[in-house]
Amino acid sequence: MSFDVDIRRQLGEVEIACRIAPGAGVTVLFGPSGAGKTSVLNMVAGLLRPDAGHIGVDGCTLFDSRAGIDLRPETRRAGYVFQEPRLFPHLSVRANLLYGRRKGAVMDVDGVIQLLGIAALLDRWPRTLSGGEAKRVAIGRALLADPRFLLLDEPLASLDRKRGEEILVLLERLRDQLRLPILLVTHDRGEAERLGDRIVAFG
Amino acid sequence: MLTTGEWSIVLLSLKVGGVAVLAMLPIAFALAWLLARVRFPGKVLLDAVVHLPLVVPPVVTGWLLLLAFAPAGPIGHVLGRWFGTTVLFHWSGAAIAAAVMALPLMVRAIRLSLEGVDRRLEQAARSLGASPMRAFATITVPLALPGVIAGLMLGFARALGEFGATITFVSNVPGETQTLPLAIYAALQVPGAEGQVLRLAGISVAIAFVALLASEGMARRAGRGTHVL
Repeated sequence: MSFDVDIRRQLGEVEIACRIAPGAGVTVLFGPSGAGKTSVLNMVAGLLRPDAGHIGVDGCTLFDSRAGIDLRPETRRAGYVFQEPRLFPHLSVRANLLYGRRKGAVMDVDGVIQLLGIAALLDRWPRTLSGGEAKRVAIGRALLADPRFLLLDEPLASLDRKRGEEILVLLERLRDQLRLPILLVTHDRGEAERLGDRIVAFG
Repeated sequence: MLTTGEWSIVLLSLKVGGVAVLAMLPIAFALAWLLARVRFPGKVLLDAVVHLPLVVPPVVTGWLLLLAFAPAGPIGHVLGRWFGTTVLFHWSGAAIAAAVMALPLMVRAIRLSLEGVDRRLEQAARSLGASPMRAFATITVPLALPGVIAGLMLGFARALGEFGATITFVSNVPGETQTLPLAIYAALQVPGAEGQVLRLAGISVAIAFVALLASEGMARRAGRGTHVL
């Protein structure tokens, strides 16, 4: 139930190095903006290739430069909730939710819709959603793809206090119900302490 | 109203223009994708070659096509030897001339729309389990669709108006290569044919107008409030 990460990547002038030792629950990557936290998530998701190191989740190796392993992003089964929701603008909320739907997924569609409180949004278009609504749909879309782990990039960013609190409660519920390894990135100390089982200082 | 002969000119023009842009679409899309997404040596050169028909005098383009497709030319030789056919003085030659002239406009429109597709959406699709092909087909292409429609419309308008390359390449053969602009030109040479010129010019304007409205309608339906106009 955990991440085992040790990666390095040179991006321009900046060297991004990150080490996460295995441990249960929610791992929070905590550090200032611009330190490369999102790059770490992208590397775990397979969207950015580390120069060297290894990435494993739950004993499954996703990347290992020495063994020559580099799984393609579509085979990593990452539930990646990006900082900006990245909903597909030409698809309805319903089609967005079902985009990555896998046969035999653990989460059932109605359960996720109920958990996230998005039943009323299904026939709307992404551009008509508020920030908090879009974030919830993005979380639902990631969950319905039947992920093996969750990556959350600044889940409360650009939400007002009330919406942020809603998402925070939701994340706590996900943490307690799903028992999926979660890697969360934030620059907010309160958020880090409230959600994280372990906090990795970064940058 | 139009005479039977004039109707056949209109139909021939629509056929030449339609075949030209539809046949050129896959090539234009592939070139646009290469120019928008791939880094390779000689990219500037390819970009320039694609744009040549836009800047070279159409008569020169037609003459180059004539050299290539003449019985002794590199392409004409192959067509004659292997298929026993030629495109000279044939409507398919007019379609080739129109397609070449339409290519740069189609590539420009499609390339712009491909560059406008947020690649982070494709990344999101990949992380949701989509293969590169599926992400391309379900995210990239639909989001670029308004640009593709705009490219088709611009290309079709260009093809419909094609004159210089066509008359140089496949001549002005009534019923075969005589499209609207060529027919108008021919009618202008004849004293007393002003009525025909007026009718053909009117129908040209009408076709262009309908094409513009239709493509705008399609682009709107394709979503995101993107406009061709």
